[in-house]
Amino acid sequence: MEDRDRFSEDTQRRSCSKPPVRNRRACRETEKDRGKTKPGLPETRKTGLQCSDHMNQPLPFWLLLCVAVFSLSTRFYNITEPPHVCWDETHFGKMGSYYINRTFFFDVHPPLGKMLIGLAGYLTGYDGTFPFVKPGDKYEDHNYWGMRGVNNNISYTLQPFSLSWWLWLILTGVNLSGSLGVKFVGLFVIILVGISTAWDLWKLLGDLNLSLVDFAKHLFARIFGLIILPLFLYTTIFAVHFAVLNRSGPGDGFFSSAFQSRLIGNNLHNATMPEYLAYGSTITVKNLRIAGGYLHSHWHLYPEGVGAHQQQVTAYLHKDYNNQWLVKKPDNHAETPELVRHGDIIRLEHRETTRNLHSHLHEAPLTKKHLQVTGYGINGTGDLNDLWQVEVCGGKKGDPVKVLRSKVRFLHRSTGCVLFSSGKTLPKWGWEQVEVTCSPYLKETPNSQWNIEDHINPNLPNISLHVLKPSFLEILLESHIVMIRGNSGLKPKDNEVNSKPWHWPINYQGLRFSGVNETEYRVYLLGNPVIWWLNLFSLGLFVVMVSVCSLALQRGAKLEGERKAHCRVILEGGGMLFLAWLLHYLPFYTMGRILYYHHYFPAVLFSSMLTGITLDTFLQNVDLLCRPPYSKYILRGGQTVLLVGILYSFYLFHPLSYGMRGPLAHDPSSSMAGLRWLDSWEF
Amino acid sequence: VMQGLKLPLTVKCEVDLLLVAVTVLSFLTRLSGIQFPKAVVFDEVYYGQFLSLYMKRVFFIDESGPPFGHMILALGGYLGGFDGNFVWNRIGAEYTSNVPVWTLRVIPALAGSLCVPLGYLLMVELGFTHLTALGASVLLLLENSLIVQSRFMLLESVLIFFLLLAVVSYLRFYNAPNNSLCRWLWLILSGASCAFAVGLKYMGLFTYLLLLGLAAVHTWHVIGDKTLSNVSFYCYVVARFLALVVLPVVMYLGFFYVHLTLLYHSGPHDQMMSSAFQASLEGGLARITQGQPLEVAFGSQVTLRSVSSKPLPCWLHSHKANYPIRYENGRGSSHQQQVTCYPFKDVNNWWIIKDPSKQSLVVSSPPRPVRHGDIIQLLHGMTSRFLNTHDVAAPMSPHSQEVSGYIDFNVSMPAQNLWRVDITNRESDRDVWKTILSEVRLIHVNTSAVLKLSGASLPDWGFRQLEVVGDKIYKGYQQSGVWNVEEHRYGRSHEQKERELELNSPTHDDINRNLTFMAKFIELQWKMLTVRNEEAEHKYSSLPLEWISMDTNIAYWLHPSSNAQIHLMGNIVTWTFANLALFVYVLLFLAYLLRRRRKINDIPEASWEQLVLAGVVCSGGWAVNYLPFFLMEKTLFLYHYLPALTFQILQIPVVVEHLYIYVLRSASQQKAFGGVVLAALCSVYLCYHTFSPLTYGQPELTSEQLAALRWRESWDILFRKR
Repeated sequence: MEDRDRFSEDTQRRSCSKPPVRNRRACRETEKDRGKTKPGLPETRKTGLQCSDHMNQPLPFWLLLCVAVFSLSTRFYNITEPPHVCWDETHFGKMGSYYINRTFFFDVHPPLGKMLIGLAGYLTGYDGTFPFVKPGDKYEDHNYWGMRGVNNNISYTLQPFSLSWWLWLILTGVNLSGSLGVKFVGLFVIILVGISTAWDLWKLLGDLNLSLVDFAKHLFARIFGLIILPLFLYTTIFAVHFAVLNRSGPGDGFFSSAFQSRLIGNNLHNATMPEYLAYGSTITVKNLRIAGGYLHSHWHLYPEGVGAHQQQVTAYLHKDYNNQWLVKKPDNHAETPELVRHGDIIRLEHRETTRNLHSHLHEAPLTKKHLQVTGYGINGTGDLNDLWQVEVCGGKKGDPVKVLRSKVRFLHRSTGCVLFSSGKTLPKWGWEQVEVTCSPYLKETPNSQWNIEDHINPNLPNISLHVLKPSFLEILLESHIVMIRGNSGLKPKDNEVNSKPWHWPINYQGLRFSGVNETEYRVYLLGNPVIWWLNLFSLGLFVVMVSVCSLALQRGAKLEGERKAHCRVILEGGGMLFLAWLLHYLPFYTMGRILYYHHYFPAVLFSSMLTGITLDTFLQNVDLLCRPPYSKYILRGGQTVLLVGILYSFYLFHPLSYGMRGPLAHDPSSSMAGLRWLDSWEF
Repeated sequence: VMQGLKLPLTVKCEVDLLLVAVTVLSFLTRLSGIQFPKAVVFDEVYYGQFLSLYMKRVFFIDESGPPFGHMILALGGYLGGFDGNFVWNRIGAEYTSNVPVWTLRVIPALAGSLCVPLGYLLMVELGFTHLTALGASVLLLLENSLIVQSRFMLLESVLIFFLLLAVVSYLRFYNAPNNSLCRWLWLILSGASCAFAVGLKYMGLFTYLLLLGLAAVHTWHVIGDKTLSNVSFYCYVVARFLALVVLPVVMYLGFFYVHLTLLYHSGPHDQMMSSAFQASLEGGLARITQGQPLEVAFGSQVTLRSVSSKPLPCWLHSHKANYPIRYENGRGSSHQQQVTCYPFKDVNNWWIIKDPSKQSLVVSSPPRPVRHGDIIQLLHGMTSRFLNTHDVAAPMSPHSQEVSGYIDFNVSMPAQNLWRVDITNRESDRDVWKTILSEVRLIHVNTSAVLKLSGASLPDWGFRQLEVVGDKIYKGYQQSGVWNVEEHRYGRSHEQKERELELNSPTHDDINRNLTFMAKFIELQWKMLTVRNEEAEHKYSSLPLEWISMDTNIAYWLHPSSNAQIHLMGNIVTWTFANLALFVYVLLFLAYLLRRRRKINDIPEASWEQLVLAGVVCSGGWAVNYLPFFLMEKTLFLYHYLPALTFQILQIPVVVEHLYIYVLRSASQQKAFGGVVLAALCSVYLCYHTFSPLTYGQPELTSEQLAALRWRESWDILFRKR
C-alpha cells in the first residue's frame, strides 16, 4: 500500500518520470505476489531481488507468470503421496463428509474452509461414505486469502470511484469475509485492513482539496465495501452452512434445545411430547448456559479426597442414555399422572444407576465455594438430602413446568443452594466432563437455570411443539459463542505436542505430518531454516534501520533522491508489514488454547516480505558503511549469495515437504544426514 | 545565595490556603478514629499473615505483588513494636493487645490523605485554575471508597499515592524552566515514585508505561528541537533515560535485596524454592545440608530431589513393593520393585552411587568424583535394588518406559541399569557433580530414556506416590527430568546392616553455601510470577464490567453483635459524573480532532494541547489501570478499580472547566452552568454523608435505615437476624 501511495504522489508531482514509476509498481506486484506462494520457498526471494535488479527495465510480466507456475508446481507436485491420511486431514476430511451427508456437526472455526473441502470432494465425485477423504486441496490455503485481502487494499490509488477501483474494493471485502469465514485468525488481517483504511481516511480528511461530500463518498464506499459487504457475505456463509446441514449429527449436544429443533432427525425436530412436566416422567435436563451440557451421571465415583466418595454427577455435552432422569415424589408414591408445579419438592432419580440427585456439605471438586453434587442411594431410596424444590423462573406458586420453554431452577431443600453448572472441565477422573455443583449464591444466571428437554411419559398425551423456532440471528450468535468456547477449550492433551509461540520465529520445532520410523513415508512440516533465520535477522535489522532512519529525520537530516525513497519504503512499507507481522503473531501469546506450528504461517508471510524490503534497502544503502567500489561489490555479492543460498537450502530441505523414506537423519546414509541442525527437529 | 544572607533575616513564604484547607480536611476524613474497629477487616487477614512473617523475619512467597508493599506495612508494625504474634485466620477476629492497630493503619491512611492534595497539584500542573483544582480535590475528598480503602491496613491507597506523585512530579519537571537543578530533582522523584508504585503492585507497571510513553513523546520533541546542539540533546535524552528507566530498575532490585536480607529464616514456603535457595536460609535446609561433602563421588549416599516442584516437590524413592502383575486396565507390568517420587523425607529416599566396573559401595580415599558424562549405577540403599528401566510401558503414562528396582525373575528380562550423568548447568564438559548446585539428567544408556517425573500419581498399590518414568522422546530442557543431590554423605560401611544404620543417621558437618543476590532474585521473581494459587471464587469477587456502574460492593466488616458494618462502596454520584465526564471528553476530543484535520480551529492551540495532555493523564490513567483486568484470570475485587477511578474522577473538573470557558459563550449560560456545578457538588456531599455510616462503621443503623441505603438490588448489605 505504502509504495502505491508514494507512487501516486510521485505521479502527481513529477508526471514526466512515469516509466520508472510504472516499473516500480510492477516490481511490487511481484513482491506482493508472494502472498500466493508458501512462505520460505526460494522463488519468492528471487523475485524480490530481481525487482531491484530490473529497476530500470520494462515490466517483466513473464516473471509474475513464472512465479505463479513455480508456485503451482511446487504445491501440486506429488500431491497423491502419501496414500494415507495425514495429520489434520482426518479432521477436515471428516467434516467434508458431513457436508456431503448434510449432517450437522460442530467445529471451533467458521465453516467456509470445510465447505470448500466438502465441495472439492463433491466435485471429484466423492460420496462421503469413507470415514475420511483425501481431496485435492490443501487446507492451509485459507491463510493466504487474507493476504490477498491486504494486497487488494493497496489498490486505493487507482482513480477513485472508477470501475476497477470498485472492483478492487469489493474484492478486498470479499476476501476479508473469506479469510474470517475459514478461520478466526482471519480476524487479524481484518484489524490490519481496518488500521490501514483508517489511516487512509485520515489522510483523505486532511486533504482540504477534497470536499466533505467527497470525503463522505469515500467513507461510505469503504463502509459498504469493507464492513457491510463482508458482514453480509459472512452471514451468508453461515446461512448456507445452516441450510446445508439440516440433519442431526454428532454436534447437536453443544447447542440449545431451540437450536436442535431445527435439525431433521433430532428428537426435538417436530417433537411431540407431553407439554407439562409430570411425576413419573423420564426427562433430560439441559443447562441454559450457552454450550451447557445435560445433567449426567454414571457408575464412576468421585475419587477419594474429592468430597464424599459417592457417584459422580456432571454435565455432558453429548446425547447419552446416562442423561436420563426420573421425576419422583419425595414419598415415592406414583399414582395417577400429576403435574409438577412451581414450589413442589421432588426427587430426581438417575435412570441407569437408580441413584438420586444428592447434595451435602462437602466442597465441590473445582469450585470450592460451592457444594458437591453426587448420586446417592440405591433403587431410589436415599435420604433427606435428595430433595429438590422446583422453581420456574418468573413463575409463581402452583404454575406448571412447561417442557422446553420454562427456565427451571432446582433448589436443594436442606442446604438452600441451587443446582449449578460452572462450565469448568473436570480432570481425567471425571472423563473431562463439566462440573456440576450446588451454588449457595442464588443469583439467577444461566448457569443455575435448566430446561427440560426430552420428556417421556406414557400416561400423558403427546402434543406437537412448534414453539422453538429461533431466528437466524439467534442461531448465528449461539453458534459463535459455542465456537469461541470450543476454541478456548482446546487444551493440550497428555503427551500431545504443544508448540509455544516463542518456538516459531526461531524454527525451534516442526510438526510431524506422517510417519515416524525408518520404513514409513515421512512428511515433516518445517520452515526452511535458512529463510526462517534470515527473517529473524531481518526483523532485528529492520528495527535498527527504522530507528536510525527516523532519528536522522527527526534531527533534520537532509535526505536526497534515492535515499529519501528508501527511507519511505522502510518507514511506511516496512512499518505496515511489521505491524502485520505483530498482529498475526503477538495475540498467540495470550491464547490459552493448544497451539501448532502452522499458526505462525500467516505471520511468516509478512515477515518474509519484510525481509525482502529490509535486505534490499540495506544492500542498496550499504554505501553508507563503506566506499563506492566495495559497496557495489557487496550489493551484487549479497544479492547473489541470498538468491543462491535460498535456492540451495530449498533443495537441501525439500525431502521434508515432499516426503521421504529411508533412515532417519542421525544415520549418515540418510538423505537428511547432517541437516538436523537443531536437536529439537524430529526427522 | 547573596539574597539569602541579607539582614534582617526574612523568610518569604507563600502558602496556598486552599491546598492547606483540603489537606487538613483530608487528614480529618482519613485519619480520625482509624483504630476502630479493633478487629481484622477484610484483606487485613491476607496482608496480616505476611506482616507477622516479616516481623519474625521468616521467608515467604506472596505471588500477588512485589515485596515493597509488605515492607511498608511491616514498617508500621516495626514502629508500633509489633512482635508478629497474632493468628490471622478470620475476618472480624478481635485484635489482641499486642497488635498496634493504630500504627499498622496509619501509613496507608497518611498515603490516602495525601492523595487529595496531590489531586489538587495535578490539576494545577495540567494548567487548570485553582478553582478547578479545588473541585478535583473535593471530589477525591468525598469519595467513600477511597476513604474506606485508606483507613485499613491495605495497599491500594499507597499505590494511588505513588501513582499520583509520579505523574505530578513528572509534570513539574516538564513545566519547569530549563536547566534549574530543581527540575531534575522532580524527574528523579518521578522515577522513584514509579519504582515504588511498581514495587507495591504489578498493576503500577501500566501507569509507569503510560508515563514512559508520555516522556518518550516529549523526548522525541526534544530530539526534534534543532536549536539544541547534538551534545546537549544527547545529554537530555540520557538524563531522562537514567531517571525514568535505570533508576526504577535499580530500585526494584533494591526492594528485593532488602526483602531477602531481612527475611533470612526458613519458613512455610521453603519447599517451593530450589535446594540451593533453601540452603541460603537460616534454619531450613541449611540445617540439614551443613557439612555435606560438595563433590559427589563413587560410593556417595545421596537423596535425589526433582528440580520441578510440580505437582509436588519430591525425592526419588523406592520401597519393598512390586508393580502389580496386571493393572486395572489389563496391561501387564514387569512385576519388579516400584520406583516412585515421594514428597516426604524418608530413609527410603537414599541411593548409593556405584561405579559399574567396581564392586565397592564405599568412597575410596581419595574420593573419585563423578563427572559429567560418567556412567553410573544407582543402588537403592535399603533394598539394594539397582535403578533400572526397560521397554515396558509405565503404569500411568503408557507412552513412557517403566522405571523399576531390578529383580531378576529369570524371564529373559535382563538388567538395564546403566545411567549416564548429564549435568545440565555445567560450565565445562568435565564438571564434577556437586551437591545441591548441580542439576543433573540421568540418561539411560541402553534406551537413552531420561529419568523423569511424569506428574501423575500412582493408585493405591503405589501408595499414591508420584510416578517416575523413563521418557524416550524427551527433548529440550524440562524441569521434570532434572534432579539434584540434596542430602549427601560419603558412604563408609561395607556391610548392608551397618549401611542401613548409617542411612538412618542424620548427616552433619559444616559448609555454608551462598547464592548470589541476582540468582536469588531471578529465582524468587520467577516463582512469584509463575506460582498460581488455585483460582478460588470468592463471595465478593466481581467482574471488571460491574465496576464501572458500581453494581457490586464488598462487606469489609460486620460488628459481632450489632448492625454496624463497613462496606467498600463508592460515592455513586461521583462515579456517575466520572463516567459522564469521560464520555463527554471523548466526544469533545473526537470532534476537535476531526475539525482540526479540516483546519477548523475552535480553540487556541495552547488549550488544545492542554486538553490533550489532561486527557492522556486522566483518561489514559483510567484506561491503563482498568482495561488490563479484562485479560487477567485471577479473582478480581472492586478495590482493584480504585486507581483507575482516581484518574477518572480527575477527568470531571477538566471537562467542567473546558465546557465553562470554551463551549458556553454567553455569561448567562456560564452562570447557569456554575449553579449546576455547585448543585452537583452538593449532591456529592449529600451522598457522601448518607453513606458515611457504612464508610466509618459508626453510628450503627437500624435495619430500616440499612434497607433504605440499598439503592441497588445488587448491593449486598448485611442484616443481622433478630
